Amino acid sequence: MRRLSRFNLVSLALGLAFLYVPILILVVYSFNGSRLVTVWGGFSTRWYAALLEDLPLQEAALTSLGIAFVSASAATVLGTLAALTLTRLGRFRGRLPFAAMVYAPLVMPEVITGLSLLLLFVAVGFERGVVTVTIAHTTLTLCFVAVVVQSRLASFDRSLEEAAMDLGCPPLKTFLTVTLPVIAPAIAAGFLLAFSLSLDDIVIASFTTGPGATTLPIRIYSEVRLGVKPEINAVCTIFIAVTAVVVILASLISRRTERPAAG
Amino acid sequence: MRRAFVPRDDLDKPMVRFDAVTRRFADVTAVDQLSLDIREGEFFALLGPSGCGKTTLLRMLAGFERPDEGRLLLAGQDIAAVPPWRRPVNMMFQSYALFPHLSVAGNIAFGLKQERMPRREIKARLAEMLRLVRLEGLNKRKPHQLSGGQRQRVALARALAKHPKVLLLDEPLAALDKKLREETQYELMALQDRLDTTFVIVTHDQEEAMTMAHRIGVMNHGRLAQVGTPAEIYEQPCSRWVAGFIGDVNFFDGTVDAAGVDGVVVADTAGRRFRAAGTAGIQAGTKVALAVRPEKILLTTAAPDAAAMPVNTVAGKVADIGYLGDLSLYKVRLDDGTVVKASVTNARRFAASDIGWDDTVWLSFAPDAAVVLTE
Amino acid sequence: MTNDTAPQKSVGERLIIALPYLWLVAFFLVPFVIVGKISLSQTVIAQPPYTPVLDLSAGLGGLIDFFGALSADTYATLAGDDLYLFSYLKSLQVAGLSTAILLAIGLPIAHAMARAPARLQPFLVVAVMLPFWTSFLIRIYAWMTILQRDGLLNQVLQGLGLVDEPASWLSTDTAVLIGIVYSYLPFMVLPLYASLHKLDESLLEAAADLGCPRWKAFWLVTVPLIAPGIGAGCLLCLIPIIGEFVIPDLLGGSDTMMIGQTLWTEFFANKDWPVASAIAVVLLMLLVVPIAAWEALQSRQIREGR
Repeated sequence: MRRLSRFNLVSLALGLAFLYVPILILVVYSFNGSRLVTVWGGFSTRWYAALLEDLPLQEAALTSLGIAFVSASAATVLGTLAALTLTRLGRFRGRLPFAAMVYAPLVMPEVITGLSLLLLFVAVGFERGVVTVTIAHTTLTLCFVAVVVQSRLASFDRSLEEAAMDLGCPPLKTFLTVTLPVIAPAIAAGFLLAFSLSLDDIVIASFTTGPGATTLPIRIYSEVRLGVKPEINAVCTIFIAVTAVVVILASLISRRTERPAAG
Repeated sequence: MRRAFVPRDDLDKPMVRFDAVTRRFADVTAVDQLSLDIREGEFFALLGPSGCGKTTLLRMLAGFERPDEGRLLLAGQDIAAVPPWRRPVNMMFQSYALFPHLSVAGNIAFGLKQERMPRREIKARLAEMLRLVRLEGLNKRKPHQLSGGQRQRVALARALAKHPKVLLLDEPLAALDKKLREETQYELMALQDRLDTTFVIVTHDQEEAMTMAHRIGVMNHGRLAQVGTPAEIYEQPCSRWVAGFIGDVNFFDGTVDAAGVDGVVVADTAGRRFRAAGTAGIQAGTKVALAVRPEKILLTTAAPDAAAMPVNTVAGKVADIGYLGDLSLYKVRLDDGTVVKASVTNARRFAASDIGWDDTVWLSFAPDAAVVLTE
Repeated sequence: MTNDTAPQKSVGERLIIALPYLWLVAFFLVPFVIVGKISLSQTVIAQPPYTPVLDLSAGLGGLIDFFGALSADTYATLAGDDLYLFSYLKSLQVAGLSTAILLAIGLPIAHAMARAPARLQPFLVVAVMLPFWTSFLIRIYAWMTILQRDGLLNQVLQGLGLVDEPASWLSTDTAVLIGIVYSYLPFMVLPLYASLHKLDESLLEAAADLGCPRWKAFWLVTVPLIAPGIGAGCLLCLIPIIGEFVIPDLLGGSDTMMIGQTLWTEFFANKDWPVASAIAVVLLMLLVVPIAAWEALQSRQIREGR
């Protein structure tokens, strides 16, 4: 077994501390009894109780979850198709611009994507609201799904598909009975990524939303701009707990199902 | 050597027929105007260096590649346009291509489910296959829970489960270690004998091909260099390339000096004269190469009695000795610098120590030990 | 072996290509054309707040009127006001500096991850990924709590007696840099780790065997081999940071705005859609080359990922 050198050990420890200490502080202070966020006033769950009263916040959370679910589902389908197009369908006219369009949103500054989508919706006279935010999020996140699924497909052993066809399975059925089950963990990871990106987005949602459709991040953002509040700590803690559980579960499941076939 | 193969099918209706088949990739011609018949019940090996087109030939038979030109017949029917999933041939893949999400049973039954075989029959066939490859009790395992040898047997069972007319094996033993590979070779031969299915195997390992196959097709640059039984290919190679590709060989280049009914006399470039038997139809003056296998050369420390037998004899000095245990390989340098390899079986312990470096030795071989090659 | 002659696509295959293709054309490509068009329009107080508006019902005449009314005035505005130039420069400066810091911090972390026992590595990847999965807004908010005047950082510094007066950390460039480095660290570490992980360790052993000390082998062997990963990681951070809005808005001061903030202000506060569009167009021009470079690295990595 290899041992880490002291330098490696220190960089790893400092790196992880840098990543986690701020989050831990946030979580700890969400149980602070004092209204002053930084003065410790004893353990309390009063800010969590306050959340139960905050109906607009809950409504925003529901809106966000709805948008995230619908857009992540649509993005998973479109992104998987895009990944298949890039890895499986060989050459076709317009493949290069297609690849460029799939990769570009990954690094494109959000202000540009948000602004351009808003101007599109205005130009075609589409009323802004939950639907436009969903479309915008689908567009952004389908590219992330495509990249995740594509890298799995690139390492996929094509002879598995040939074996299925050799044993009497036509192409479409081969895709459904062999390819899809094997790449399923990557598709699931893509869905989770799309879901969390949608749930996280402020900039694009701010541009493309309309009156009456406030998402959770927009709501939190407008509160945070005015300063630090203990209720926000409580919201954040719940959010962190949920994502941590989901991510850890997902990685455990994918480790169980996607163990390499080679020994 | 394996039992001789007796063809049962009509000579005009082989199980597989390649008729002037060509397949090109970009600027490479992988298979070039190739014609070949494979008979029913035969164990046929396609042997050649990597990139010779043997795998392409196999993949055409499976349906993953389509011939650009020529016809491909299976049991008399043109199958060029039949997609892989409708062909009565099955393939065992080099990587085994076991479905990682299915159990051993799920893998073996996969093909049977595709043809909608009734559940009871599937169960019976599955049991039969598990018994055949000795995997009883492992049917619930997933591929990653099996050893390399077990995975290989699952792949074999899966390909045989549908009782294909032809079983295609793409380097089936390449992933196994040497000992397991040798065992598996004999298992495959016994299995093929019992099932009476036509086997077509692709391999780059000549020992494997020689051990298992009834006939071997030696391929080079998309063409068949020679087709024949292992003994024919080894003892009567048709070209310099085949002689050099299969086993070890010495060449003497020269010209036919005199041709008679019982053989020819060849004068090589250094002026040595050799007799070679069984070479009807070669005219005097033809440029030829004389091929002699190292084990057919007798190495002695004294000049053999030339009067007793009309043998070919040359003298030289030992330049190198390779001790391999079962035999020793001597490299002998002749006067003109030509190096000739001769192998000696070490029948007695420590017998090899009699001859040392720079000793003068005599090499002799019978006229029928030499093969005269015109190309 | 692949067939290099493109065969005729079946209906199903055409459909697979068409769906994501059309979606991206409609919601990614067309919007840019509209941004370009509006950047050539003029601001009016109306709904929508720009002119001319393309009226297709007016036929060819309307089209000619439309093109006639386009002007480059907004770009003249951008060029004429130092505010915009400073804003672009500020963005480039912040992005360049933070990318350099990210690389300096990220490389040792990624290196340590790749050197960790193989059993541990998947867990380390999850550990680095996990903060990324929690909301980005939450992470910035966490730093607001720490950096504010009566925040934890000042409490600690005062407690240690390092400072007498609480320093103002929030609303400074330092705070923006900290926030950016914190948010983007996983995007730097993971591509670096991916290329370091693939690196054949016997290459370093060979270098050592040939008399090359370890630190030198890192420069002569490791760095050249992971250069594509370094490039991908840097571009993956640099490009979005240039257009970053939320982090400088929450952590930064009000003296010089980054270009993302300027665009946001023009759009939401000043309702000047043409100028906002022109800012976006110029920003896009700036980013075309790095985006193309990143895409080339990305597709290369996916091809080699097999």
